[in-house]
Amino acid sequence: MKKEEVPQDAGNLSKSNMKELVYATDDKGNYTTALSSGWEPKSIALSNSIAEINERIEAAKAEVKAGQASPIVYYMELHKMDPQILASYVGIWKWRVKRHFRPKVFNRLSDKLLQKYADTFDITLDELKNFKAE
Amino acid sequence: METNFIHHQSAHCENGVASNLLRHNGFEISEPMIFGIGSGLFFVYIPFLQVNHAPAISYRPMPGTIFNKAAKRLGFKVKRVKFSSPKAAEKALDDNLKNNIPTGLQVGVYGLTYFPDEYRFHFNAHNCVVYGKTDTHYLVSDPVMETVTTLTHADMNKVRFAKGAFAPKGQMYYPISIPKQAALAPAIVKGIKETCRDMLAPVPIVGVKGIRTIAKKIPQWAKKLGNKKANHYLAQIVRMQEEIGTGGGGFRFIYAAFLQEASAILGNEKLRELSLEMTKIGDMWRDFAVNASRVYKNRSTQEDVYNTLSKEMLAIADREEIFFKKLKDVIKAY
Repeated sequence: MKKEEVPQDAGNLSKSNMKELVYATDDKGNYTTALSSGWEPKSIALSNSIAEINERIEAAKAEVKAGQASPIVYYMELHKMDPQILASYVGIWKWRVKRHFRPKVFNRLSDKLLQKYADTFDITLDELKNFKAE
Repeated sequence: METNFIHHQSAHCENGVASNLLRHNGFEISEPMIFGIGSGLFFVYIPFLQVNHAPAISYRPMPGTIFNKAAKRLGFKVKRVKFSSPKAAEKALDDNLKNNIPTGLQVGVYGLTYFPDEYRFHFNAHNCVVYGKTDTHYLVSDPVMETVTTLTHADMNKVRFAKGAFAPKGQMYYPISIPKQAALAPAIVKGIKETCRDMLAPVPIVGVKGIRTIAKKIPQWAKKLGNKKANHYLAQIVRMQEEIGTGGGGFRFIYAAFLQEASAILGNEKLRELSLEMTKIGDMWRDFAVNASRVYKNRSTQEDVYNTLSKEMLAIADREEIFFKKLKDVIKAY
């Protein structure tokens, strides 16, 4: 990549002051560094992933609303987690986390365990218990 | 308290932290040099491991290895400590700052509040330097940021004890002994030799062969999993390749910069020629990213686009195979 070809596309990030360093060659072919404000193919890839996450969040919300999933599923997706990551934060096995996705099981969980989930999601116990999918 | 640390922005976090910490200790070394000597160029595809709901692909080796290898080859010692309790971790860091030692940390990206939200995934192998502490904040030099930044004490605790794959466990590290004069030439040779060995490894998921394996998977994904999933996987490849920290083109440009520096140090003109070639390969990766992004943007449904992308990636693999064989031959003489 030549220095004058370093892309300066408008980024789609929430914090626009982010410029990253890339390596590029000058007119004599020597390597130097340059700052790039963004590159379209990369922004598209990132938006694609973000869109995918948002779809997952919406789907989880719908499932909670329909009584098919517990609020844990929604908050897990909201925090870009998967069952494995969530399990390691809460400090229990993955299969237990997956069991807690069932509303019936969720409703019987102790406050102590629910508090661990609430801490992981940075919400109160109340918010977790009384989550209403709207 | 604050140490007199000087922040330099770099492309990649681990090399950046390494070169910044060494420079702080009076050892001038560039980021590409650390990257090359630490055998930072790599490719691995782990089909059975999922990251962000897509197969795991990495253009770099395991976290920590670049710095460790560079340290070993240049003859300086790095002290690494992990902790089981956040309290002990905080105390050790504070003690270091009191003793005027800027300290490298392994942290989770998800809790880094100074990053844009879009960058905050559960990726635990990020690196930064803490160079001071105020009543409310830690002073942070994150090498991928243009300037220094801060984190609250609570946030710092969170990122140091992020959970999941590669959990940092509060890990901190700092050089403890640094030679006045390091022999760069033999370190460079060792670094290059290992990279050639890795990239030409006879393993279907590593190096050039790994690139081929994944290239062949692209049309299969579209056929078996549908276009939506295939596009998501493609986006994941592009993200890993162009993510902040790679310096562009899946680290190929940093490596080219390293080869150029190495050619001057070893007095070998052939390495400079190879550097030019690596730049071209980096450009090919960039072109691949452009074409892949077109596919998932237009949501084109022809079967052919996936085959075209697959062929493009196979062409890169062929080119890299030739490249690393040539590089191996050049470095054999040392």
